[in-house]
Amino acid sequence: MLAQTVGITEIIVVLVYMFIVGYLGYLGYRNTKTAADYMVAGRQVHPFVMALSYGATFISTSAIVGFGGVAGMFGMSLLWLTFLNIFVGVFIAFVFLGGPTRRMGHHLKAHTFPELLGKRYESSFIQIFSGLVIFIFIPLYAAAVLIGGCEFIATKFGISYDVALLVFSVIIAAYVIMGGLKGVMYTDALQGSIMFIGMIILLVWSYSAVGGVTNGHTELGEIGKMPSLFGKIGFKGWTSMPEFGWGADAKGNPEAYNLWWIIVSTITLGVGIGVLAQPQLAVRFMTVKSKKELNRAVLIGGIFILIMTGVAFTVGSLSNLFFMKHEVVKGKIVSTTKMAMVVAKQERGINPKNGKDEVPVPCNLIHIDTNNDGDADVNLVARGLDIIKVLDETSGIAGGVKPPGHGIVDIEGVVKVIPLVATAVITDPSTGEKISFATIHDNLASYRDLELEIKPHCSAYIRALVKRGETWFFNTGSIIPTYITAAMPGWFGLLFLLTLLAAAMSTLSSQFHALGTSIGHDVYGKATGNTSQSISITRIGIVVGIIIAVIISHYARGGYIIARATAIFFGLCGAAFLPAFVGGLFFKGVTRAGAKWSIITGSVVSMFWLVFVKDKEARALGICYKLFGKYSMFMGGKMDEAPFGNEQLSTLAVVDPVIIALPISLLVLILVSLATQRPNDEHLKSCFGK
Amino acid sequence: MLGIEDKYVSAAYVLCLLSTVLCVVYGLINWNRGGDEIVAADEKKIEEEM
Repeated sequence: MLAQTVGITEIIVVLVYMFIVGYLGYLGYRNTKTAADYMVAGRQVHPFVMALSYGATFISTSAIVGFGGVAGMFGMSLLWLTFLNIFVGVFIAFVFLGGPTRRMGHHLKAHTFPELLGKRYESSFIQIFSGLVIFIFIPLYAAAVLIGGCEFIATKFGISYDVALLVFSVIIAAYVIMGGLKGVMYTDALQGSIMFIGMIILLVWSYSAVGGVTNGHTELGEIGKMPSLFGKIGFKGWTSMPEFGWGADAKGNPEAYNLWWIIVSTITLGVGIGVLAQPQLAVRFMTVKSKKELNRAVLIGGIFILIMTGVAFTVGSLSNLFFMKHEVVKGKIVSTTKMAMVVAKQERGINPKNGKDEVPVPCNLIHIDTNNDGDADVNLVARGLDIIKVLDETSGIAGGVKPPGHGIVDIEGVVKVIPLVATAVITDPSTGEKISFATIHDNLASYRDLELEIKPHCSAYIRALVKRGETWFFNTGSIIPTYITAAMPGWFGLLFLLTLLAAAMSTLSSQFHALGTSIGHDVYGKATGNTSQSISITRIGIVVGIIIAVIISHYARGGYIIARATAIFFGLCGAAFLPAFVGGLFFKGVTRAGAKWSIITGSVVSMFWLVFVKDKEARALGICYKLFGKYSMFMGGKMDEAPFGNEQLSTLAVVDPVIIALPISLLVLILVSLATQRPNDEHLKSCFGK
Repeated sequence: MLGIEDKYVSAAYVLCLLSTVLCVVYGLINWNRGGDEIVAADEKKIEEEM
């Protein structure tokens, strides 16, 4: 049985889990009634709890489902992001930034990230502008987290994505509004523990399913040498880095090196560096009770991030080997679709007439009922299929009588009786293997009652076939949920549901907390000086943020949107805030003007790059197309005169904004600070405490 | 290494493990360092109001 319906067991388990989380939150809240309690309780918090709390906030469904799905598409090159997550996101952040952030936050009595920047540079503008940037863009990141959870629920329980979105949003909204904002570390630590256990089981199970670590990697390398949908953009296999280069290759293909730049600039550097300037993570350092706690948390945090992201990316890659060689789907074919146009690449624009980017691939589909309820719950692309055995021994097929269209075939050295489907043999573009579909399609009635074993023989991306409305498409976000559903036992699906629920709740509560305080405390409170109403504005901001995130989640499904939305927010924070944040912590010579223009430049350059240059985002927004008649300024179109339309510049359309905006932002910080007057010593003394 | 032929992916695999070891060693060496001398009232007030 693959997809399972939502039963009483699932509902009870989720409710019990929610009750435990709520009770822990209440206990923690009750025991810290005063500031002294708050500090004393903090002193008694085990570093294990603090590290798991930070880790649970850092790692969300975006990392597990979104980036895990990208690893399913593009392979283990994503482990470079795991390295940066550990080395930069934990070691650099905790060892070098944690202590100074905490000290300066306490010296300046800052309680939010924009407030820290604003008070460090004595600038209301910096606090308000930073608050606005966070308020506008954090719903995009929150949507990425929501989509990750919904993809799993929809796949695991066989319900529609929109129903999953409704259920998941209600659970999350209830958690956030009922007190998730209290940020009680014990609830986060419980959630972190569930995530940790779930991922450990997933890792061990996955490696054992493919014959161990070395054998699994070797076989994954072998199947990666087959032709691929992504070969045109530089894919070389799931255990290899993509092809590196710039511009068009020797054959004149301008997309030949796109994948390398997507993996390295957007996925790895955008997220790996941007993590240092995440507002919801920086405030965690201010709530830490001492430097000792930070030192201890490095140990647990490093292991936690390795297990969370390392496992997600490794299992995502290994899922290709499972689907290609190990998965056997048992069930009855209830229907077939001949030459369905499956969308292999789908980007939604604000205006569908602009920037619609769909690449439909003709596929024969078979729809299989695996749980005997008469409805298809598994959909497979028939290209490359081998129906290896008919299970129904009473039908006489395995005896002497062979119905028309059946025969004996040698598969991997084993002689078997199978339905012969040799009347229409077509080569699968993704694997190079032959398809076998026509006989089933033409004689469906004689197959309907047969329990078949079917090997999908496809990559993870092809296996992640979903339908929304009348459109079939391959969905990156469905790779990990499909793998969990197909490869793992039923009980693990429930544990993994809690894992994802925990990952989403801990991250979303901190995101909406950052969003609410940005608009209420940093923008409204600072701009009007009216602190009494800022709490109301904060609450309204949170509700608005949740609604925006849900709307984005509804419309933005498709492509590898989870990873991209996350990378956009992380990259924007990195380019806009990182130079001013790090400069403010360590260098007394950074001036108010330097920080202000650095933040403005980082934000503006990032947004310009997203709107006019970066292909996927510019195409989705459609503004560049409206103005210039082309999706990106550096791709072919009306402006084909150099430098626009130049093949050697076309690679710029896949370079992440952080690669361009962060160096410019840093340069502006240095140059403007050198040209303007150093802050007065009294203020610097209040910042640095000496 | 471990069945991965590509040297850059192998390097990433090794660096993931080494950076984790670095975190563990740093945490153990500094387990009792950093001081814990201490007053949060503002933060508590904000939480109460929300």
